Amino acid sequence: MAEIVEKGTWVEIQRIVLAPGERAPQVPEDTKLVPLEMRAKGFLDKTAHLGEEAEIMTPAGRRLRGILIEINPAYVHSFGPPVAALSTIGVEVHSLLTEQEQAP
Amino acid sequence: MSRELGYEEIIAQRIDIMRKSLGLDYAQYATGALAFDYERLLSDTGYDVDTAHQVQRSTAVGDTPLVELRNITELVRILAEPGKGARIFVKDEAANPSGSFKDRRASLSVHEAIKRGYRGVVAATSGNYGAAVASQAAKAGLACIIVQEAFDSKGIAQPEIAEKTRACEAYGAEVMRLSVGPELFYMFLSVLKDTDYFNASLYTPYSILGIETLGHELAVQTEELTGRFPDVVVTTHAGGGNVTGTARGLRKAGAHQAQMIAASVDLSGLHMASDNDFNRKSFTTGHTGFSIPFTTWPDRADVPRNSARPLRYMDRFVTVTQGDVFYMTEVLAQVEGLERGPAGNTSLAAAVAIAKKLDEDRIVVVQETEYTGAGKHPLAQLNLAKKLGIDVRRGDPRENIPGRAIVIPEHPAQISVVDVDLDRIRRSYLRNAVGELQKGEQLHETDLEFLAEETGTDRCYVQEVLHEVHRKTG
Repeated sequence: MAEIVEKGTWVEIQRIVLAPGERAPQVPEDTKLVPLEMRAKGFLDKTAHLGEEAEIMTPAGRRLRGILIEINPAYVHSFGPPVAALSTIGVEVHSLLTEQEQAP
Repeated sequence: MSRELGYEEIIAQRIDIMRKSLGLDYAQYATGALAFDYERLLSDTGYDVDTAHQVQRSTAVGDTPLVELRNITELVRILAEPGKGARIFVKDEAANPSGSFKDRRASLSVHEAIKRGYRGVVAATSGNYGAAVASQAAKAGLACIIVQEAFDSKGIAQPEIAEKTRACEAYGAEVMRLSVGPELFYMFLSVLKDTDYFNASLYTPYSILGIETLGHELAVQTEELTGRFPDVVVTTHAGGGNVTGTARGLRKAGAHQAQMIAASVDLSGLHMASDNDFNRKSFTTGHTGFSIPFTTWPDRADVPRNSARPLRYMDRFVTVTQGDVFYMTEVLAQVEGLERGPAGNTSLAAAVAIAKKLDEDRIVVVQETEYTGAGKHPLAQLNLAKKLGIDVRRGDPRENIPGRAIVIPEHPAQISVVDVDLDRIRRSYLRNAVGELQKGEQLHETDLEFLAEETGTDRCYVQEVLHEVHRKTG
């Protein structure tokens, strides 16, 4: 049984807007093979099951319907580890500037 | 949504939806088959530079510092021939409330939405403009919906856009996130129809007039600091608003001699509507994927006539590589203590190459910075690029291939600009313009004048190119 999510929980829903066969004519071939998908967040309108159809109230006060896919969705974007191709630029440029100061 | 309409149905209603959501009938400005009264469209809004400044000051937008980049100037002089190496300044637009110059555009849009009695605003944008509209709407107490192209079919979000989603939500906006595709326009129209909110498009007169204050401030501040107007202003170029508004503001301040250089990141080879290419761009704005199409035909926008018309205003159009921009983003942080960008630093990378060729007493102004943060950072972009198998390495940036290799310069002397041939761009614009004519429709005198203004040329040039087009197409 899918997890029950309480009314009022901050959630994300997902909906297929256009199936692969319905994409606009100007869309390139690779994009035509996949659907146009929409995701939106809001407060759950009624208690619902994860993975099933649900309705949310968005921060703009709209009611949107879709498949309930996330409970309290996290912000997972980050910086990640330092990248070697950038790591020494600061030292290199500082030494160029210092060499210039020390030049006769 | 109350009743959902299909794609064709919504697209067929676009003119009506636009008119209602803008409160503006663009048809009244038509003066020919293609021509329209651009200046009247802008001036009818009533926002001159002083009025725009007043509106912006009421929400702490604008009046950002102009910062001299002394160490970068010194670096450029090390690389330059003796006597060369112009002074470089940057307008620190990251100091705006939501962290970019886009607050200037959003402030007039939201001000106008309130004046016209709308209860909310909608914008289609994956960039800083979304956060700007959300921030202004929050202060004004208006509802706000931002429609973003945000993730690919595997569900992988472009990290910079993920940060914009967070920022918009932090300002209380509803964010509708979409997968890749131009049908975003359909969803945008659907939202406008569903809500009757104001279309806070990037390309309305308000949005462009909001940037005039940037050009104006920049000219005045440069004169205060150096005793003269800037010789060159370098502007990161995508949809054309930045170039248009800044150039207009410079002229209004009297800085007619300032050369306006548009700079974009070269993303040639990548398709903007491709699901596969979406996360391989490593840049979300300031790139040729926007700047070339919008320069060669501005009216592909989400309003009937675009108020951003960059070809009228650019004296030169250059590209830089992805590697150049990431390198200069790092340099800006490491030697000037300003962690900004990355996309906004496109103009900075170009400025380094441009300043190197100019005399030491010349002034180059880089026209914007933007805030940086998680996702919106070279590390986030390069880590994603590596994960997707893109080769990230030091080397000669001329070996940079968008989507395949990001080559970070080994030395600042390797940073260069490539000129986009403006003659080709103008011809392409004119071809597109003729393509807009209905079958059998003729150009009028006013159209020829208009096309000359649009391309920054004269009637002879326009007629010559049009003859060529006719010859080729029969």
